[in-house]
Amino acid sequence: MAVTKKKSPRKSNTIRLKFDTAWPYSPAPESKSAAQLRERYGLFINGRWQAPAGDNFFKTINPATESVLAEVADASGKDVDKAVTAARTAYDKYWKGMPAKERAKYIFRIARIIQERARELAVVETLDGGKPIKESRDFDIPTAANHFFYYAGWADKLEYAFPNRRTEPLGVAGQIIPWNFPLLMAAWKIAPALATGNTVVLKPAETTPLTALVLADIIRESDLPPGVVNIITGAGATGAALVNHPGVNKIAFTGSTEVGKIIQKSIAGTGKRSTLELGGKAANIIFDDAPIDQAVEGVINAIYFNQGHVCCAGSRLYVQESVAKEVIRKLKDRLESLIVGDPMDKNTDIGAINSKAQLGIIHKYIRIGKQEGAEMYESSCKLPGKGFFVRPTMFTNVAQSNRIAQEEIFGPVLSVLTFRTDDEVIEKANNTPYGLSAGVWTDKGSKIFNMTRRMKAGVVWANTFNKFDPASPFGGYKESGFGREGGLHGLSAYVNLRNH
Amino acid sequence: MAAIQQAPLPDFSNSPRIDQVGVEERAARFTKRSIKDEAKENGLKLVLNMIDLTTLEGKDTEGKVKQLCYKAIHPHDQLPGLPTVAAICVYPSMVKTARRALGDSGIRVASVATAFPSGQAPRDLKIRDTKYAVAEGADEVDMVISRGRFHMGEYNFVYDEIAAVKEACGEARLKVILETGELGSLDKVRRASDIAMQAGADFIKTSTGKIQPAATMPVTLVMLEAIRDHYYKTGVMTGMKPAGGISKSKLALHYLVMVKEVLGDAWLSNEWFRFGASSLANDVLMQLAKAETGVYQSPNYFSAD
Repeated sequence: MAVTKKKSPRKSNTIRLKFDTAWPYSPAPESKSAAQLRERYGLFINGRWQAPAGDNFFKTINPATESVLAEVADASGKDVDKAVTAARTAYDKYWKGMPAKERAKYIFRIARIIQERARELAVVETLDGGKPIKESRDFDIPTAANHFFYYAGWADKLEYAFPNRRTEPLGVAGQIIPWNFPLLMAAWKIAPALATGNTVVLKPAETTPLTALVLADIIRESDLPPGVVNIITGAGATGAALVNHPGVNKIAFTGSTEVGKIIQKSIAGTGKRSTLELGGKAANIIFDDAPIDQAVEGVINAIYFNQGHVCCAGSRLYVQESVAKEVIRKLKDRLESLIVGDPMDKNTDIGAINSKAQLGIIHKYIRIGKQEGAEMYESSCKLPGKGFFVRPTMFTNVAQSNRIAQEEIFGPVLSVLTFRTDDEVIEKANNTPYGLSAGVWTDKGSKIFNMTRRMKAGVVWANTFNKFDPASPFGGYKESGFGREGGLHGLSAYVNLRNH
Repeated sequence: MAAIQQAPLPDFSNSPRIDQVGVEERAARFTKRSIKDEAKENGLKLVLNMIDLTTLEGKDTEGKVKQLCYKAIHPHDQLPGLPTVAAICVYPSMVKTARRALGDSGIRVASVATAFPSGQAPRDLKIRDTKYAVAEGADEVDMVISRGRFHMGEYNFVYDEIAAVKEACGEARLKVILETGELGSLDKVRRASDIAMQAGADFIKTSTGKIQPAATMPVTLVMLEAIRDHYYKTGVMTGMKPAGGISKSKLALHYLVMVKEVLGDAWLSNEWFRFGASSLANDVLMQLAKAETGVYQSPNYFSAD
């Protein structure tokens, strides 16, 4: 035991660390019992569960096991009409005229019930979407509750949010949300709409409808007047019916740029207001004076958080050439220590890819990256036999002209590029149709301000990444969309301003 | 060693910068790991085997040290199959007593030296202190750096002193105590770690236990990352010893998770990782007894040393 001789020095560039043989963690699965799922879910319209007009249902599965979790109603155009009508009636009958401080009480109550049912929501979110329980428990659900708390506080203070203006609600908001942060996106959409006096028809994504349906139960429990929030499920056709419904005053959409463009075309000339939060291909920039170990950790958090299913993911890493070797070596060792597997295990860092279709897209881009001549590195971890999984992957020697550097992959795939000067990296970072987020890593304050001023991105993080707070606005430049959600800015997307 | 000394010293003021917020976030993430069942039992045994059971008091006597040595060999005989602790850590004057009491148990004797804990003494006294401890039978020497000189920016002085103590240690392994609670920033913790390793430290250690704050997870993380960088650069492994303030099993397991995920398997033994602690051992024993019997037992069933 008492070996005191040090190991002889080896060639430094061959040294790698080894993980996970000496002291493996035992399985630590979260219990499924907190999730009381029904076999079948209807549509939540006018404060009641209702069967869909066409009596069509579709299945939602657990992407980690491919087993069916529940059947969910497929809303037709008729159902959409019913939901919009209910929202309109509720707007006229209850919500428009309700004193703001009374509105706030309902929103507070929703926030409180989300907190009370946090464990259930976290388990359902992970089962339905595949994200690690650690993330749904520590990020998605608490942040969703915080959004309701935050906007509950604004409801009776709108005159301070918009001094010398009178605010008017828009009416009925049609809201369509994606599958990457299902409950959190529902909170981002519903909370500011209610706080400003609008009523809502919300459609969650077809692969992850369940937490929105639990939220429907929570809304019932909160005694919100019927029809103020309606939640309908379905795929693209349901979304299109909602967008095109003449009774809708505003469309709030988070999702792909492709669908965003379709929405914009279809509402052109209708007078409908809209906010679109679309794709991204964020540049994450490491300068040679950066705190390298924290930057490496930041890169991991930027691209592998939520399996890379993050519109603001730091998917393009720009490293200054003088530190590129060090950063890449450290990233490789760090990839090895990431735990990939059962999303319900409390120690899992990277869970399941949300759907088979998305897994196909990720595989396609990994193939493209290889064909383009970039060097691929992936974690050596074992993947589960069932379910949709992919190893955390990074490409080095990527060129600005490569498709893996230009197109959104929406998976745990990092493209690493190098640069020499500040001007060069700003040009390259902005050289994209997207502009949702960016990251800068440097020890120098002045450099941070120079970079953040010149980056064309809605959010620029300095020496951190993927930080969210209800008080902080979020939204894109260019094809990443328009309008802001969160903070004071998030209110203006749901009001008309009048000069008294 | 000779080759290292001839090479020009790096400019230690250029040690990598540390972002405190990032370090704290990462350190907090290790505490989210869920350690249960077999992993917990194995982890606790590993922790026990990594402890430097310590008594560093003015009132230390031979009797006290002998009892502590017995505890080191027989942590809790009611539970068969337990490992021993790694070492006994005492003042130089108690080394001989400890050496005799530990016999051929394989448990090492570590001695603090170099005018511990303040380090406020001339170099020749520090060297004599070290040589005395080694001559009395210490396998390991825990030295303190000159924090005053470090704050004055005299990095070469600090370096030379560590190198001189290392030479005085001979075959004994040298642990260099940075006393991070007096350094004031993580940047300085990193810089002191680099100096110590460059000067030949076999271990770097956070604290004397006499100053608050002693070991914390963020400080230990910065030191582990310094060890990793040194290993990448030179292929030389350096040990890590957080000391002071780790008295509960759960926290010790968080540290173990951190070592495992930052440095990997090679560091998961008492050759490369230690806990400087006195009350941690009993908490680990209580947890192990609970794992064995299913119920917590009264502290009265565990020897107080």
